[in-house]
Amino acid sequence: MITVKKLVKRFGHKVVLRGLDFDVQPGEFVALLGPNGAGKTTFLRVLASLSRPSLGVVQVAGFRLPDESAAVRARLGVVSHLPLLYGDLTADENLRFYARMYNISKYELRITEVLEMVGLENRRRDLVRTYSRGMQQRLAIGRAVLHDPDVILFDEPYTGLDQDASSMLDEVLKTVAAKGRTVVMTSHDLARAEELATRFDILSHGVITATGNRNEFGNGNLLSFYKKALAG
Amino acid sequence: MAERLLISQAPKGNFIKAVSAVVWKDLQAEFRSRELFSAMLVFSLLIILIFNFALELDITTRRSVTSGVLWATFAFAGTLGLNRSMAIEKDRGCLDGLLLAPVDRSAIYFGKVISNLTFMLIVEIIVLPVYSVLYNVNLFHPGLLLVILLGSIGYVGVGTLLAAMSVQTRTRDILLPILLFPVVIPVLLAAVKASAGFLEGLEFSEILSPLSLLIAYDVIFISVAFMVFDNVVEE
Repeated sequence: MITVKKLVKRFGHKVVLRGLDFDVQPGEFVALLGPNGAGKTTFLRVLASLSRPSLGVVQVAGFRLPDESAAVRARLGVVSHLPLLYGDLTADENLRFYARMYNISKYELRITEVLEMVGLENRRRDLVRTYSRGMQQRLAIGRAVLHDPDVILFDEPYTGLDQDASSMLDEVLKTVAAKGRTVVMTSHDLARAEELATRFDILSHGVITATGNRNEFGNGNLLSFYKKALAG
Repeated sequence: MAERLLISQAPKGNFIKAVSAVVWKDLQAEFRSRELFSAMLVFSLLIILIFNFALELDITTRRSVTSGVLWATFAFAGTLGLNRSMAIEKDRGCLDGLLLAPVDRSAIYFGKVISNLTFMLIVEIIVLPVYSVLYNVNLFHPGLLLVILLGSIGYVGVGTLLAAMSVQTRTRDILLPILLFPVVIPVLLAAVKASAGFLEGLEFSEILSPLSLLIAYDVIFISVAFMVFDNVVEE
């Protein structure tokens, strides 16, 4: 579903991604872990076609970036720590707007379905700026899955959420992943990543330094795997 | 969902729909907050008031400075609106949300141009009668209105592109006027000259030259913006 070969991303003289290789099969839930400045967000922005690769091959859902970026974007949903929503529009209006941008036919039904999924059906007519941070993040997930994408990228989705909001987001994320979508999530929260993901990739200094799955090192051992990968 | 949603794979068919979606979204949000519009309007009225009190001109001189004062007002207020319009997109990550849509990105540019132009024209429609009363000058000349429309299109066309560029920087508030004013000098000069021509009742042949420059500027710069917008917004 995602194939990346020898990806390099430079900003002027600064090299952020240094020949990164990455491969994700359909239906996998990959947690991309690493310290601050490792290049996680930059990598997700390249996958999302928001940032142009300097060198290398990037293919998402069978389409190559940057040449077929519109086709990639039609099959991709993105959730970041920012909600990507308009505070002066209601939840309903925000989703209508994105439905029109994605050219979704008969979107009324789909909007209701998505709002029910993220538990905001009863607040659909309220302005988004009146929402709590947790509610905004749930609506952001609704926006990301509105067009039923094959691949969803989560960039630090738990940033700024309290315990209750994080638990609620866990449930929404599990629902999203249960639909067989391919998910790549960056996070600093190892416990949450371990609970949700099936595969763990450690990114450090712009390259993947280790890859493992739950079966390989067992439950509760992600921290030692992470530390070992960074030390090596 | 029982079956996968169908999304059109033809970006061209989706283009108009995306442009109208961006315009609808901007107008709807602005209708609620009135953040951008009220700032532009108050700023414009303050400028013409300041000029009115500062210059204390006689009726003949007032007529001769009218086009200059008007365009200075529109340019400053327009910059304020352009900055705010893109800042709203950037602050909550909405610009990324727009760029993630599977549409030709020039649709986003045209959507923003139409909504920014709408805000600018509404402000101008309010400012003109106020100016007319304060300066005792009749501004309701069809030719002048045409110049204001053409000048505003050129100004907003270039301004929207440069605002999309400057909004990515930390110094966006000061960077936009620094980038914009040198580029729009031709449109401002032509607009001032053509406006003055209509106000002074010159022959159409004498106004044709600045008017042609305005039309050429609009066509050239909007075409350039259409071609480079994708590169401007992508990292």
